[in-house]
Amino acid sequence: MAKVFAVTILLITIASAIPIFMNTWHPVPDVSAHGQAIDDQMSETMWEAGISFLASQIILAWFIWRFSGSRPGEKTRTFPGGAKGLVIAAIVLVGIEVFALGIFGVKAWAELYFTPPGPGAMPIQVQAGQFAFYFRYPGPDGSFGPIHPDKISEANQNFYGLDQDNDADSKDDIVAAEMAVPVNREIRLLMHSKDVSHSFYVPALRIHQDFVPGLDLQIHFTATKVGRYEIVCSQLCGLGHYNMKAYISVLSPEDFDAWLKKQAAFQ
Amino acid sequence: MSAHAAVHHGPPTSFIRKHIFSLDHKVIGKQYYGLALAAVIIGMVLSWLMRIHLGWTNAAIPGLHLLSRNGAPGDVMTPEYYLQLMTMHATFMVFFVLTTAPFAAFGNFFLPLHTGAEDMPFPHFNMMSFWTTFVAFCVMVSSFFVGDGPTLGGWTQYAPLSAVGSVAGPGQGSGVVIWAISIAIFCVGQLFGALNFIPNVLDLRCKGMSMWRLPMSTWAWFITSCMGLTSFSVLMPACILLILDHVAGTSFFIPSNLVLNDQLQPHSGGSTLLWQHLFWFFGHPEVYIAIVPGMGIVTQVLVTNMRKPMLSHRTLVYSMGALAVLSYMVYGHHMFVSGMNPAASLYFSFPTLLITIPSTIIVLIWLGSLYGAKLRINSASLFALGFISLFITGGVSGFFLAQPTIQIMLHATYFVVAHFHFTMAIAAIFGIFSGTYFWFPKMWGRMMNETLGRIHFWLTFIGVYAIFMPFHYLGLAGNVRRYQAFVVDYMQPLIGVHKFITVAAIFTGLVQLIFLYNFFYSKYRGEPAPDNPWQATSLEWSTTSPPPWDNFGGRQLVVYHDPYQYGVDGAHGDYVMQDSPEQIKGAVDEP
Repeated sequence: MAKVFAVTILLITIASAIPIFMNTWHPVPDVSAHGQAIDDQMSETMWEAGISFLASQIILAWFIWRFSGSRPGEKTRTFPGGAKGLVIAAIVLVGIEVFALGIFGVKAWAELYFTPPGPGAMPIQVQAGQFAFYFRYPGPDGSFGPIHPDKISEANQNFYGLDQDNDADSKDDIVAAEMAVPVNREIRLLMHSKDVSHSFYVPALRIHQDFVPGLDLQIHFTATKVGRYEIVCSQLCGLGHYNMKAYISVLSPEDFDAWLKKQAAFQ
Repeated sequence: MSAHAAVHHGPPTSFIRKHIFSLDHKVIGKQYYGLALAAVIIGMVLSWLMRIHLGWTNAAIPGLHLLSRNGAPGDVMTPEYYLQLMTMHATFMVFFVLTTAPFAAFGNFFLPLHTGAEDMPFPHFNMMSFWTTFVAFCVMVSSFFVGDGPTLGGWTQYAPLSAVGSVAGPGQGSGVVIWAISIAIFCVGQLFGALNFIPNVLDLRCKGMSMWRLPMSTWAWFITSCMGLTSFSVLMPACILLILDHVAGTSFFIPSNLVLNDQLQPHSGGSTLLWQHLFWFFGHPEVYIAIVPGMGIVTQVLVTNMRKPMLSHRTLVYSMGALAVLSYMVYGHHMFVSGMNPAASLYFSFPTLLITIPSTIIVLIWLGSLYGAKLRINSASLFALGFISLFITGGVSGFFLAQPTIQIMLHATYFVVAHFHFTMAIAAIFGIFSGTYFWFPKMWGRMMNETLGRIHFWLTFIGVYAIFMPFHYLGLAGNVRRYQAFVVDYMQPLIGVHKFITVAAIFTGLVQLIFLYNFFYSKYRGEPAPDNPWQATSLEWSTTSPPPWDNFGGRQLVVYHDPYQYGVDGAHGDYVMQDSPEQIKGAVDEP
């Protein structure tokens, strides 16, 4: 029975590891300027966690195989070196492991969050609400008009609560249900929630940030490859949560200008 | 330490005192076990319904409309009803199973037996602990039948979705209020429990029972009690504040200028992140409240079945203590992308990475202790060894989730679902199974069927890996959790994996019928159990199976040894019981 159990653990371990080695299920390819650091960190962690997983399960299986049964005449034995050796090994090996992961992780995190966007970054605002994203471009004046929450109305398609009659800055604001950005241009994304918590998760751009109602946040990124990618909500926001998604089109500068003009014509 | 525990109450004389409002910690422990059994059946059936819906979204589930006409018109689950069932699955499992069974059920029954006490120090509080928890359970069940059903906000109940009322969706009005009332009551019940466990360990130990002579499971319950005392006492006021936001017009968790359904909400000044901080300050210790008792139970089962002591019991105690202390310092890793200050994310990342050190030490001590053992394979030890395998698997995924950078990819995906199911859910359940097979003879005076126990183990062990391992793959591919259907383009190729998981979940769930049959059959028809069927050393095995109302029949207990005297030349075999005055040649004994 013990030997069968040991073999079962071994088989489950190998079967579990195969899809990881084969890379059967993986994230969508990265198209961001900062994403490589995240992917490297993931890969590094996968190696360390993978080795820990395989080694621990194999040792467990081996010891169950080897040390089961009453074995008359034989005395029980103590692990060579006792607990002290294992404790030191855990502190040193795992300590080095987590220290290394921590240091590299800090670097990647700092590049993303502690480096301010460049002065030329293009501002775009995204507003999340049950169950859609709306995007706002500031127009030729370069500034966003103020949001009037009392004027927000899905029925009147005034998603941002703009008062274009009285606010000069609002007059040229462009609101769209789909996001477009020029390739290789840094974007400064201003995040606003109109109702509850949502999230802005774009796996292809290696971006994941919650919207905090009552607190507008900023993130910045640069998309490096032309294409159409999905934005999904990952923060439970109500019954339509699963369906809260939008697309981000990464366009050449010319195509982006044409797209923006087209959107301006719809306002 | 008192020379002998005081008698707190006489023998029960009426049916009600004996079986219902009992003051006897053993009856209360069994009541908690029964409550957990009812809750786990509800939780598992809910998970089946969810899994069927995730595999085959438009499938009709015969009879589902009986549970909710609005939630399942034509027996097909609506998106909101999926979320409502998901929330209830997690709530029943986390609170009423994973907190009650390993901690309150086994802890109540065995902690006073381990310390050599006749009962808990405050038996009336102890009785109230169970009945308060029972009321919380009934209140939670009632939410299925009140208003527009239970809340859909997930067991984490993030504000302001949970705080603004029914305008946020079905179940967000009365459903949330009922949820918060139930959880607040539950917290009170757990505080009553902790207030009994801690003084029992500190003050009611019998003569000779030093702290280091306490069995590992009692150490685990003691550490868990300390965590419960400090974390449930934070969740309870948080729930009260949430209720006030609903019924008293306050704005603790609701900021200004929120617009739902084109209506400007009449709230201002609250903080949505405040709820997350309060919730996770409870929520992360709760993970350890679920798993640490399992660690203690498994250690005790293994020591008995290895026929040798662990490499170092003190190291295990220190490591469990380190987990408990660190658990309060790491809670922010649930909030890396929440909008919390990014510098705070780094602060929370380091203790989270550090917590892998005591976890690794615990695993290495278990592995190192297996070396040179004479391992007995039985249902209890199989589930204990299975626990170690599952805990390793769940532990390594913690490496990923401890890092803010990686959570950019994995936060709120099925990778997280895999991680917490392996650790606090399935490993903890294996701890409960291990404890059940081990202590059933003492609790009910009869033996469980060993063959059925082994079949139950094999099918469950393979089943849970088939269910939960693929969750990692889904998460790596960016499959977001809490979706009732997969309409996102890049998730389309993952639907087949979901179908596989659903089949595995139904299979593994059905396997549990073997356990239920074995449990109830053995309870009434099993072989009568001897006092010490496993040749174990701790004090519960010194008394009859089941023990009398005052535990030791009025015997003045004196403890002479620690509970790890295995592999020695004892008068009755390769072990010496804690209350045996015999001298053990060459033994290392805790003072």
